[in-house]
Amino acid sequence: MELLAEQRGEILVVSAIGDRIDAAGAIQFKDRMRELTLAATPRVVLDMSRVAFLDSSGLGAVVAVMKALGPDRKLELSGLTATVQKVFRLTRMDSVFTIHDTVPDGLRHAG
Amino acid sequence: MSALERDANQSETAVIPADQLAVRNGLRALFDTFMLRSLSEDGRGTAEIVLAEALNNIVEHAYATHDGDIEITLHLRKNELVCKITDTGLPMPEGQLPAGKLKPLADQDELPEGGFGWHLIRTLSKDLTYSHENGRNLLSFRLDTNQSDN
Repeated sequence: MELLAEQRGEILVVSAIGDRIDAAGAIQFKDRMRELTLAATPRVVLDMSRVAFLDSSGLGAVVAVMKALGPDRKLELSGLTATVQKVFRLTRMDSVFTIHDTVPDGLRHAG
Repeated sequence: MSALERDANQSETAVIPADQLAVRNGLRALFDTFMLRSLSEDGRGTAEIVLAEALNNIVEHAYATHDGDIEITLHLRKNELVCKITDTGLPMPEGQLPAGKLKPLADQDELPEGGFGWHLIRTLSKDLTYSHENGRNLLSFRLDTNQSDN
């Protein structure tokens, strides 16, 4: 699972380049996310628009990444494809994350 | 005879070693077959979720202590995909499939990171059955394919 990180204003945008976050890649995904989010940045947005498939291990990894960011930083998600959206909805995790249709603009002030 | 009738009784079989990478590659190969490419996007997504959860569970639990193979047989009928998965791993604890109940959503630092798999399988499949005979686990279920949907 290749991840690309880019700081855009107050938002660290991490783009998932691979097309799946699954059991075979979940640990690597978690480790790489941990490295990329070491720098203090208040908001992290994971752009999942290229991720066609996510299984329950992948979902667990995304939850683990959010928990690792701690209470003062947020993991937000962006661009969920249909199957990924289905997994979030059926596990009710769609109510836990802030989910954007497209990556928000970090240069503008939110709210 | 229409294409739909001619193709009404297709099937695919795959045998993969029980490891996570083989599950990924096996799913890729299955979902690239003509049979599964003929499903609606929604039907494909549902099938891939359920099959991935069932296969990953076998890798993680049934083959927790030894290596082995998993055999996946899929039959496509008019509006459903009939799935049979067999392995020679350990039987289910007490011979029963897990209930798949989601844990309640807790505070952020106590959110569950697992326990989603059987909930997804049970929610998305029909006629889910499990048996263990002659050293083989057999899991079978049906999936709606919504082939007429676009």
